[in-house]
Amino acid sequence: MRDVAIVAFAQSNCQRDAGAQNEVELIMPVLTEVFKQTGIKSAQDVDFTCSGSCDYQQGAAFAFVAGVDALGAVPPIKESHVEMDAAWALYEAWLKIQMGSAESALLYGFGKSSPGELPIVLSQQLDPYYLAPLWVDTIAFAAMQARTMLDSGEITEADMAEVVARSRNNALKNPHAQLKGDQTVADLLKEATYVSPLRRHDCCPISDGACAMIICTIEKAEEWGKPYAIIKGIDHRIETHHIGSRDLSRSVSTEIAGKAAGVANGPVDVAELYAPFSHQEIILKKALGLGDDTVINPSGGVLAGNVMMASGLSRIGEVAMRIIRGEAKRGVAHATSGPCLQQNLITVLEAK
Amino acid sequence: MSSSAEILSQAFTLGYTYTRSTGPIVGQFLTSLRARKMVGIKASDGKVLVPPVEFDPVSAAALTEFVDVADAGVVKTWCWVKEPRKAHPSDKPFAWAMIQLDGADTPMLHWVDAGDEAAMSTGMRVKVRWAEETKGLMSDVNGFVPEAVALLGELKPATSDEQITGMEAPIYLTYNFTAGKATARYLQSMKKGKLVGQRCPNCRNVYIPPRGSCAACGVPTEEEVTLGNKATVESFTIVYIPIPGNPIKPPYVIANLVLDGANLSFLHLLSECKNEDVRIGMRVEALWKPEAEWGYAMENIQYFKPIDEPDVPVDQIGKLIDEGR
Ligand SMILES: [Zn+2]
Repeated sequence: MRDVAIVAFAQSNCQRDAGAQNEVELIMPVLTEVFKQTGIKSAQDVDFTCSGSCDYQQGAAFAFVAGVDALGAVPPIKESHVEMDAAWALYEAWLKIQMGSAESALLYGFGKSSPGELPIVLSQQLDPYYLAPLWVDTIAFAAMQARTMLDSGEITEADMAEVVARSRNNALKNPHAQLKGDQTVADLLKEATYVSPLRRHDCCPISDGACAMIICTIEKAEEWGKPYAIIKGIDHRIETHHIGSRDLSRSVSTEIAGKAAGVANGPVDVAELYAPFSHQEIILKKALGLGDDTVINPSGGVLAGNVMMASGLSRIGEVAMRIIRGEAKRGVAHATSGPCLQQNLITVLEAK
Repeated sequence: MSSSAEILSQAFTLGYTYTRSTGPIVGQFLTSLRARKMVGIKASDGKVLVPPVEFDPVSAAALTEFVDVADAGVVKTWCWVKEPRKAHPSDKPFAWAMIQLDGADTPMLHWVDAGDEAAMSTGMRVKVRWAEETKGLMSDVNGFVPEAVALLGELKPATSDEQITGMEAPIYLTYNFTAGKATARYLQSMKKGKLVGQRCPNCRNVYIPPRGSCAACGVPTEEEVTLGNKATVESFTIVYIPIPGNPIKPPYVIANLVLDGANLSFLHLLSECKNEDVRIGMRVEALWKPEAEWGYAMENIQYFKPIDEPDVPVDQIGKLIDEGR
């Protein structure tokens, strides 16, 4: 497998409501920033562009096509889109580079969830016969998953609160974070339940925003003369839509993807895990075999701000930038999609 | 130049009036539901999956053997919804639960009407509360209740015993759309009876309605350009099909129009002319509604109508300089 370099990454602030910003106005600032970091002028200067977004979030048909207006796609560029988190757009571009049909690629993800009722919108991604007609929302499934783990004694409510306290505390150093603060586990446990057993702070916030990244071959990165982090492994797996057949206290798909991506092939200095609910960080840490010497979610993770369809790519960007800045030598990034961590993508990154 | 724009929002509901074909497996489950019976399907390893799936989640083998299961079982996990959302099946607090029916090896999702969170516990026994009328939908189960609760409601016999092959699955989602900065500025000008576009700082093209960027150059657009009422027909079509809810009687003309001074067309109606006289290059002018009717909308212009000016050659359309003001 060919090494692929991440040379640039930018993300917007996570905002509860981006208000009067359309998709172009959300995307353009992060594109401008990655072009600047790479030293190129526009999407015309890369071989391939791929984006991730979901029109249902804002209820605007073909918003992803409108987003292309931010690119300067004249003369026509090679462009693609995934109706998923942009981490899967990275996967598509990574494959293109493996195949030798591109040397460089621009990726971006954006989400404007504020116009709709996100948990209800997401209920419609479920099985259309058995689940979607009941309008069971994402928070409910996560809450039932948490109870499974609490009932078995695998975790305690204090373990969940510890994840939240650390996330909010780490987010104090993240200028893009939406929720941050210095709260103790005891403070958090005093709060009432929301969808029991979850408290509000166990659930990620709803955020609007965007992120962008530029990846390329090692040769191209050297030619551009920019520092970079290297993608050493990447893999994604999905579990059945028949949710009753899944063991919700484990993430089997993360275990398989982590092995295939080579997580255990070296020490992991840093990991950014896409855990929209506090207990899911515990599931993921275990599934990836991460020990206490790995710094988990130094950005605060998605409990501090969750731009649906961009947060997965941002996890990868967060790890890459830490490696580029010399703060870590080897890291793991995780992206997820679907109820209770149904689909998971693992990326292993190393310094050059 | 842009000054700060007023925020323009509009609530709307998106409706997807889907009907879905069920296939034989889901269809059998829904047919059984309508007859107030629960069924599962035998997986490759002999386990009974409820609700039934077409293919084994592990071996991917096609599954065919239906198994009757009970309409009562055990709560494997659950959560408590204090404040039900509008779309939820109950408007008072309730539990979502994964319930393993007697005879099944996997739990299924449904809701439990327990009245109070304290009445819920993992491992508790619950039973189906059948809907008074059944239709072959998940809502034929009007939630589960704790097994000890006496159910007194009258149950009407199923209206049909035909095999179900399809189901209505309408989806309505509500949103509050907020216009972007460029669109908001444009609509505010429309409300004042003015057509205001934006110019690209790079290629100098003028866009109306503006979107805040030049799609060709990929740069933000900010410079505003007020345009006049005259335009040229770039393309057109004659519509013969009546559109539900549209007051305009067919046949009528919809045209791509390029305003003088602009470089890209927009769609609008063409009237006060014979449909067969409409042609590419034809000169037209906006007819505005009375000022009292102006809102934040393109409909402030009732339609465009022909004017007595020579046609524009095809290669000049979209390249005119605005001289008419
Ligand atoms: Zn331009």
